[in-house]
Amino acid sequence: MKLLTHNMLTSHVRGVRPGGGFPLRIQATEVKVNNVDFNQEFVARMIPKVEWGALLEAAESLGHLSDLPHQLPPEYENNEDFLRKVHHVLLEVEVMEGILKCPDSGREFPITKGIPNMLLSEEEET
Amino acid sequence: MAGSGRRPEHRGPPELFYDEAEARKYSQNSRMIEIQSQMSERAVELLGLPEDRPCFLLDVGCGSGLSGDYISEEGHHWVGMDISSAMLDVAVEREVEGDLILSDMGQGIPFRPGMFDGCVSISAVQWLCNADKKTHSPPKRLYRFFSTLYSALARGSRAVLQLYPENSEQLELITAQAMKAGFTGGMVVDYPNSAKAKKFFLCLFVGMAGALPKALGAECAEGEESQQAKFTNERTRFRNAKGKSVKKSRDWVLEKKERRRRQGKEVRADTRYTGRKRRPRF
Repeated sequence: MKLLTHNMLTSHVRGVRPGGGFPLRIQATEVKVNNVDFNQEFVARMIPKVEWGALLEAAESLGHLSDLPHQLPPEYENNEDFLRKVHHVLLEVEVMEGILKCPDSGREFPITKGIPNMLLSEEEET
Repeated sequence: MAGSGRRPEHRGPPELFYDEAEARKYSQNSRMIEIQSQMSERAVELLGLPEDRPCFLLDVGCGSGLSGDYISEEGHHWVGMDISSAMLDVAVEREVEGDLILSDMGQGIPFRPGMFDGCVSISAVQWLCNADKKTHSPPKRLYRFFSTLYSALARGSRAVLQLYPENSEQLELITAQAMKAGFTGGMVVDYPNSAKAKKFFLCLFVGMAGALPKALGAECAEGEESQQAKFTNERTRFRNAKGKSVKKSRDWVLEKKERRRRQGKEVRADTRYTGRKRRPRF
């Protein structure tokens, strides 16, 4: 599971307040780093969708904060250096094994072989 | 996949139907691969994405990643969801580029609002129409799926869902829940006059009413050409109730030879002697 996906994932358990299921806290036991082709336009377009605080928190918990600034620099669309750092954190860092924890309900979603298991039991379905 | 009268949805829930054996079949059967690739190509075409721009898409019921591979080929990033861990394991083996999530689409799409530039689904949504557990209510699950999908899509984007509806009631149920969730759009039916080639694509728009894309193989307007090979009339003659050619007729022989060619086998060329009646003593 890449950090881009993690940044968009929420818990959908019944009873969670709207917006309360995000961000899922990562407890990773295995992290992998890949090489992914850099596409400047794609990264620049994803940044407005990304929740920056949650991304920093997630990257830090994996030990891959890699000097990302705490705030978005103005006019980042042409700042290739910055975009390359973002690209690395969003698309090249992958959680292979671990747990995702819902901040509201405490419910844990396991991650195996890079795949988070988001299946809910019948009681948890809305 | 639906085929000759027996529907896999009637045999049980998808996570059991798509077990390791079926998952392996999916990734090795060349005909399945070809059909799935063609449908993925058509679905992405119907998405109407801006040209030359890498997008972020959701693949619902991604399975072993056949459709995902096509999406990657087109230069987009994607996230796939599937209920079968056996199918997802095959996707991991095949080293697909998209991220995979083990989940049940009837429980909702677990993403923040407005994240995706589009959604495709190949041969998956009809599974929601069957109640696999006593507590399942198909309309409720369909609505849960569509309403959360609507939210997860960016304004102005589309969802293109290829599916195999069992009958018109199912079609109506599915479309009704989609409209209830806020989508506009409708069903694009390619090759509506052919039992075999007919394909249903539910095209849903988020936030913007658009003209429904044109179906393939339907009556063409003057001057407009169909983008794909027309389904010839010859093969629709002599069809029996199942929509197949009568066995041993010339049509059947020609189709069988075409099938074997697609499988890469050596087949004699078709001539005027192909499938002709032989003398009784033959």
